Amino acid sequence: MTATGLLKLLTAVTGSLPDDDGSSFWMPPQVSTVAQGVDWLFNFILAISVFFFLLIVVAMVIFVIKYRHKEGQTAEESPTHNMALELTWTVIPLILVIAIFIFGFKGYLDMSTPPSNAYEVLVEGQKWNWSFTYPNGYIDSDLHVPVDRPVRLVMSSQDVIHSLYIPAFRVKMDVVPGRYAKAWFEATKPGEYDLFCAEYCGTSHSDMIAHVVVHPVGEFETWLEKASNFLETMAPVDAGRKLFQVRGCQQCHSTDGSAKTGPSMLGVFGRTQNLADGSTITVDENYIRESVLEPQARVVAGFEPVMPTYQGRLKDPEIMAIIEYFKSLDSSSSEE
Amino acid sequence: MTAQHHDGGHDPNLAHHFESMDQQRQSTKLGMWLFLATEILFFGGLFVFYTVYRGNHPEIFVFGAHFLDTALGALNTVVLIFSSFTIAWAVRAAQLKQIKLLKWLIIATMLCAFTFMGVKYVEYSAKWKHGLLWAGSYNPHLDHEETHDVVAVEGEVHTAEADVEIVEIDEVQHVAEGEFVEPIVTEVAIEPVAEVADSDRSTIAPAAEGPGGLATPEAVVAEDVMPVEPANARIFFSIYFMMTGLHGIHVLAGIAIMFWLLHCLRRGDFDTGHFTKIDMLALYWHVVDIIWIYLFLLLYLID
Amino acid sequence: MAVDTLAADGAAVGNPNRANYLNTGSGVLSWLFTLDHKRIGVMYLVAITTSFFLGGVFALLVRTELLTSGPTIMTADTYNRMFTLHGAVMIFLFIIPGIPAAIGNFVLPLMLGAKDVALPRLNLTSFWFWMIGATFALVSIIVGAVDTGWTFYTPYSTTTGTAVITMALGVFILGFSSIFTGLNFIVTIHKMRPEGMTWFKMPLFLWGLYSTAIIQVLATPILGITLLLLVAERALGVGIFDPTLGGDPVLFQHFFWFYSHPAVYIMILPAMGIISELVSVFSGKHIFGYKFIAWSSIAIALLSFLVWGHHMFTSGQSGITNMIFSALTFSVAIPSAVKVFNWLATMYKGSIRLATPMLYVLSFLFLFAIGGLTGLFLGALSVDIHLHDTYFVVAHFHYVMFGGTVIAFLGGLHYWWPKMFGRMYSEKWGQVSALLIFVGFNLTFFTQFVMGSHGMPRRYYNYVEEFTTLNQASTIGSYVLALGFFIMAGYLVHSLFRGKPAPSNPWGSATLEWETLSPPVAHNFDHDFLAGDPYDIDSLEYDPATQGWVRKDPQSIILPEGGTG
Repeated sequence: MTATGLLKLLTAVTGSLPDDDGSSFWMPPQVSTVAQGVDWLFNFILAISVFFFLLIVVAMVIFVIKYRHKEGQTAEESPTHNMALELTWTVIPLILVIAIFIFGFKGYLDMSTPPSNAYEVLVEGQKWNWSFTYPNGYIDSDLHVPVDRPVRLVMSSQDVIHSLYIPAFRVKMDVVPGRYAKAWFEATKPGEYDLFCAEYCGTSHSDMIAHVVVHPVGEFETWLEKASNFLETMAPVDAGRKLFQVRGCQQCHSTDGSAKTGPSMLGVFGRTQNLADGSTITVDENYIRESVLEPQARVVAGFEPVMPTYQGRLKDPEIMAIIEYFKSLDSSSSEE
Repeated sequence: MTAQHHDGGHDPNLAHHFESMDQQRQSTKLGMWLFLATEILFFGGLFVFYTVYRGNHPEIFVFGAHFLDTALGALNTVVLIFSSFTIAWAVRAAQLKQIKLLKWLIIATMLCAFTFMGVKYVEYSAKWKHGLLWAGSYNPHLDHEETHDVVAVEGEVHTAEADVEIVEIDEVQHVAEGEFVEPIVTEVAIEPVAEVADSDRSTIAPAAEGPGGLATPEAVVAEDVMPVEPANARIFFSIYFMMTGLHGIHVLAGIAIMFWLLHCLRRGDFDTGHFTKIDMLALYWHVVDIIWIYLFLLLYLID
Repeated sequence: MAVDTLAADGAAVGNPNRANYLNTGSGVLSWLFTLDHKRIGVMYLVAITTSFFLGGVFALLVRTELLTSGPTIMTADTYNRMFTLHGAVMIFLFIIPGIPAAIGNFVLPLMLGAKDVALPRLNLTSFWFWMIGATFALVSIIVGAVDTGWTFYTPYSTTTGTAVITMALGVFILGFSSIFTGLNFIVTIHKMRPEGMTWFKMPLFLWGLYSTAIIQVLATPILGITLLLLVAERALGVGIFDPTLGGDPVLFQHFFWFYSHPAVYIMILPAMGIISELVSVFSGKHIFGYKFIAWSSIAIALLSFLVWGHHMFTSGQSGITNMIFSALTFSVAIPSAVKVFNWLATMYKGSIRLATPMLYVLSFLFLFAIGGLTGLFLGALSVDIHLHDTYFVVAHFHYVMFGGTVIAFLGGLHYWWPKMFGRMYSEKWGQVSALLIFVGFNLTFFTQFVMGSHGMPRRYYNYVEEFTTLNQASTIGSYVLALGFFIMAGYLVHSLFRGKPAPSNPWGSATLEWETLSPPVAHNFDHDFLAGDPYDIDSLEYDPATQGWVRKDPQSIILPEGGTG
């Protein structure tokens, strides 16, 4: 059996043979240009690991059986050291790990060097949602990208360290406050994939999920055009709903009456609200606008003052749309 | 209990698990050196922090060092070096069973340590007065008693510290008592009036007392221009307080041990020439001294 | 000589009322103020096993929550505290002190034929520091606990409202406990070896403890300053790690891992030392490759300081930095591999007895092999980008820390149990427990490799539907593990009261701790030793009368009176 054949057998046995989409027993689908390389190295290391693991365990089992203690007998004389053996089992692993290191480093260089014509998207992570700003200024809560085009992400955090992780693309980079982190990828198949936060960041760390939508050739620009003009093309209530969903509001505010980190927006407009300082207020356009721009000014009783400000991040027409959306959330309609 | 191995004439200071005084002494010494290694590493972390920040933001160190009184720092350095001398001599005295001398040397060392802490108090309280604290509490401001008619006119200005002649100003600011003003003035070129020089004063720029923490127009040479306060200058003070604060805690610990040694001395522990305790404390004290020397070099003696 | 005369006088060996270190001096104070290393070791043993059970309870709660992909039995905030406390308690209260404090303290002086460690008062201080640090940790848990993960990454740890300062101070104090234990062991090994025991005539467990002690002394101060800086940042806002004040949050990671990576070798080196002892004794054979095993411990200790950056490959540090750390990380794999091969070679042509300690050796070889090999995946840069912060990492470190250190600890506990308490435990229940733990462990953690490589991040309260089956299998495994430990607690405690009295040398080892009674008298030995080869198994023979092993020539290791002391 040739070395390649043996390797194939091992990978088959260890379940590393990929399906059509590149997924295997161990790995998710391969949807980026670097995924195959990463998986290849994973399988290479796996093969080496399986080999040595079997070597160790099989030897151990054989020795336990063959050299089992028998009554009245002691171990036969044997050497207590052997330089040749020591050198062999030092040098061979050394060569193997050097190989692994080199392959890993080369793959890493590819993964950390974006091509020059990459399409740039700004990413902001905050507790607990992602927002993606496209070159035309449009902001969305999902990452839409064109297929077969390098995309470069320039990322920063509003608060604590997050980490952007797209398993199907094999890409991950920590998003650190106070600096810009960069990552890049080139998606190879249209579809929708998960984007997780991979650096623990508090209460809803595991809910800080976004989607990566890879558009087929020619469709990305169309989508971006349509999405960017949502304020013009959508009714204010619908535009407000969209903003509410993509700008991070719904992470903390429900629309079904249940209190989350913040109060529910169901029936909020016109409601008499008790404030933390003991006074009461009737919720109107001004209060909503103030809460968006200066959230610490008048906090509702029973809630923590943790809402971040959207000063500079929401334009007036957007706030108007959100207000219209809230007006539509009267108690007779419950939506999630 | 059957016969153990001992030196004949079993030294009362010999612990039961040791074979000989020599083994005991060597063990104690090795233990102390290992402990001192951990102390060096402990401070080492802060020195790394210092290095990283100074490498990335040298300007905040240049700026911050102006607020440290180098004279007081030098005084403290001399005091500690002298105290290392007295404690080293104390070890010798203990070896020679010179109990009275030993007592006075320990006391001398303690006095040096108290002096050091006293000077630290002076320095710290001056910073406190002017809000020159670590980053979270950084709030440079004037003291109540000081009023500064600042830079209102060209020409001669008389301030508490010196009479200087302002030859050129960028902007006029009126600063009320206690008011902190962001430094708009970027450079004030000043020339000292001839009779200002006080022969008793150091020609090194003393700690600032002025609006925004910038040095007031004092007796400085014409070419010396005060830098503008850089962003995050507050970090310098964080580093300063952490490093000197941690060091100060170690000085206090040393003082406490010295009190204990005096107690041991009164008890007669050193009458037999058994000097290990003093020896160990002396080693600790030397490390405390060396660390201070580095702090002086790194914090006070910046350009 | 105590051993011989009492063994010949059959009744005395099996007399549980014979004066020994356990019953010499009674009352709580005689324990809390003891200077006897054996009593300190036993107190540590109780302390750390209690911590292990506490940490285990947190683990079971975590795994139970993960039975469903959504909320199961607790809120997200509670879950975040559960996994943080699981990590913090297991690491700082159990595994770091672990083998050195609980077993090392007891065995080290005995292996040296000495009466105690070099600095007994420091030893007691070390234990008190553990108690005080543990108290701070408990207080922290009671007043709101911590939700930062055991790694305390900033800025989350400097801004969260949980009891971080109390926990950080507790860990700071525990650090001193660790430093002083290490310091004590270094001095003891340097200065109190018996006549004839040169460095290369020392049992390998002592090489393990020594190299661990080097790390304890050199690395722990860095943890100390890191925690102090964290506390200062929270309490005073010094600004080192806070980007809004000009600080750098990633600097915390450098400080933290500069200690915490060497720390994992604090965990594994003593464990490897135990395996060296056990594999030789239960193969009835001299250890193979003594010098290579000894030097590999030192090599691991030194190399461990150079690789901390492999925890930070995705943190934004430069490509060069990543490359250097990756390369160095692979270097640390080699000495570990060398040990494993030497242990296997020790078994070759041996006379292998599958007593309970040996079952743990076999478990160790199996589980540590997996743990170590999966480290290769994580050291490779391109693959680590995908696997970092996923369950693959969680599985890897549980295989090495639990499958490695804890398994070896259990092996050592079962090996030295007769010496410590003078009792034998039930072999049958020992085997049952070992099997349950082995099976339960693999079921719990092997599934996590697959979860991780498929992209499930760690510290996740909720997870994506596709991972449900694997998570449920993992949780069931954890219940099997718990059962195994429960049974172990049962038969071990039972043995204290009803176990057969143990002979001086039940297993047939040539190291010196077996030259005294089980349990030892308070002062350990009645004479000084002229040490021989600690793996000279042939110098012993089995004595059916006492069901223990005795030296063929007892005088050969006794230092003649008036010999060079």
